[in-house]
Amino acid sequence: MKKRRVLVMGSAILLAFLFSIWLNQPDLDLDPIAPANLASATTEQVRAGEYLVRAGNCAGCHSASGGAPFAGGKAIETPFGAVYSSNLTPHDDTGLGRWTDADFYRAMRHGRSKDDRWLSPTFPYTSYTNLTRADSDAMFAWLRALPPVDQAQPPPTLRPPYELQIATRVWRALYFRPAKDADIAAMDRGQYLVEGLGHCAACHTARGALGGPRSANAWMGGEIIGLGWDALPLAGIVDTGDFSDLELASLLKTGVNSRQAVSGPMAEVVFHSLQHLKDDDIAAIVSYLRRLPKAEAPAAPKVPQVSADERAALRKRGAVVYGEHCADCHGDDGEGQIRKYPALAGSRLVTAASATNALRLTLDGGFPPSTDGNPFPYGMPPFSHQLSRPDIAAVLTYIRSEWGNDAPAVSVVEVERR
Amino acid sequence: MPAPDHPASPARLSLAVLLISLFFAAPVAAQEAVADMADRLKACAACHGDEGRTVGDTYYPSIAGKPARYLYAQLENFRDGRRQHTVMAAMLRTLSDRYLGEIARYYAAQPHAKQPVFEGATPEQLAIGERLTVAGDASRNIPPCMDCHGEALTGVQPSIPGLRGLPTRYLDAQISAWKQGQRRAATPDCMGKIARSLTAAEITAISAWLASRPYAEDAKPADSLPGELPIDCGGVLP
Repeated sequence: MKKRRVLVMGSAILLAFLFSIWLNQPDLDLDPIAPANLASATTEQVRAGEYLVRAGNCAGCHSASGGAPFAGGKAIETPFGAVYSSNLTPHDDTGLGRWTDADFYRAMRHGRSKDDRWLSPTFPYTSYTNLTRADSDAMFAWLRALPPVDQAQPPPTLRPPYELQIATRVWRALYFRPAKDADIAAMDRGQYLVEGLGHCAACHTARGALGGPRSANAWMGGEIIGLGWDALPLAGIVDTGDFSDLELASLLKTGVNSRQAVSGPMAEVVFHSLQHLKDDDIAAIVSYLRRLPKAEAPAAPKVPQVSADERAALRKRGAVVYGEHCADCHGDDGEGQIRKYPALAGSRLVTAASATNALRLTLDGGFPPSTDGNPFPYGMPPFSHQLSRPDIAAVLTYIRSEWGNDAPAVSVVEVERR
Repeated sequence: MPAPDHPASPARLSLAVLLISLFFAAPVAAQEAVADMADRLKACAACHGDEGRTVGDTYYPSIAGKPARYLYAQLENFRDGRRQHTVMAAMLRTLSDRYLGEIARYYAAQPHAKQPVFEGATPEQLAIGERLTVAGDASRNIPPCMDCHGEALTGVQPSIPGLRGLPTRYLDAQISAWKQGQRRAATPDCMGKIARSLTAAEITAISAWLASRPYAEDAKPADSLPGELPIDCGGVLP
């Protein structure tokens, strides 16, 4: 009896030991971080840092609406509860005031805070790990030049056990490998911007049940958890007509091109970040997107099935609704108007497997971003209080199946769920 | 007789000239007007009506003819979270200050809506509403509405809005929002201070009285205040 207990205890200890080695594996082969450079930053560094902070859209999370810029406090909703962004201003007690450039680089590269805490992966260090030390130092130099704001980071409101450091540890063991110096050095500019600073994968690669990126679906878009929007696939965009290099570059830089406009969270990315990038960098991004290998599309969310008869009835009613409310701007043939109203015929957004984005836009409307290239965009009216739910289902079914579009019908139940 | 909406009518032209000249003094940069604004702003027309005019039984306020600086401040407040409205915040999230200035300028230049008077007020509400609006209540530090919003309550250029021609539900909701801290203006927030001194019944009475008064078709915001501001207001520019 006693022997058996010793055996059980012994194997439990051995398992825990192996588990901790497994958990710590990614951290055992880290490249060492060079010590802090305490000399004051050069003007060039600060200027470069401003550009990089924009390219990384740090403000997207670290500036709360109506709050002081970069003072954090914005709630980031996850399926596990909310995490609040940290204060990046150089305040000694609540911001980065006591941090060094080495601390900052370690946070970016390894996802660890100055006090050794494992940072929540809502901070996309899975991408930022690809940053160079020089860029990280420049970003840090620019942040140091901000006015310090005294605003403590609110504690996360995660459900147990996700608030525990061990949960983050397990997540990291599953999903995070710090980049190697050699891998970073081998990246071209486009890859560096897309896979590093731009952290495009945060939305454009679907996440699994534990909130980790699903590598089988890399770059194929899918639901952006917590936002109620879908990201479109970035892989497999074929270089033709609407998706030529010039059209894609215009979409990223100005928010619109001949036949498309960005909307929802991507409108914010263009507004806060991409419109400020140099043309060379935009071109590098487009060129890298072309090289992304197509993967398996993530499973579309389950929606109520629509019978052939229901579909025909929805299409018939949809044609009437379209003529009354949509055709003025989007055209009788869904052709849109160049740089004003997006085309619906052949639109990736309209024909996506999931109707989420088309439904959101129809219900809530919205504007493409104001950018230097398109300062006064044309907006889409909200139809949530103008059209009945059945009429919205009808018109969506119609635009998803007309003019050569071929996407599943949208049921009234799916609209009512919103 | 020229059609009232004829773009080249002399009245329209002088109004435009007046507004443009006012704009040179306003912080919203005066530049050549952006073409095609009605088409660009179809999203706004869905609730606020063509050219910003809503009439009759609706919650959405008519925004045509309101002072430009006031409209600009509200657009900014919605975008930056000082005023709460989910749809407005989502609409404005990615619009630049410059575009907000153009939007404010466009709606300020439109003739205001002709509103039917509200007929649902009780005599008691009308009495309370009139007393507070015209005389205020010095014992509670509530100044008369007219001291700030103009003798005709049609607003004062460039930043104080008119209180006429607005749905009673909207007026009631806004003053209540101020009372509860859901709507804020730049500090010192004078309207917040006043609204907190009012009871819910008084707010309803004031809203009912304001919406019950006939509203002259040619009413415009006054060019200047009747006297000194009776209270410090961060949102009011000289």
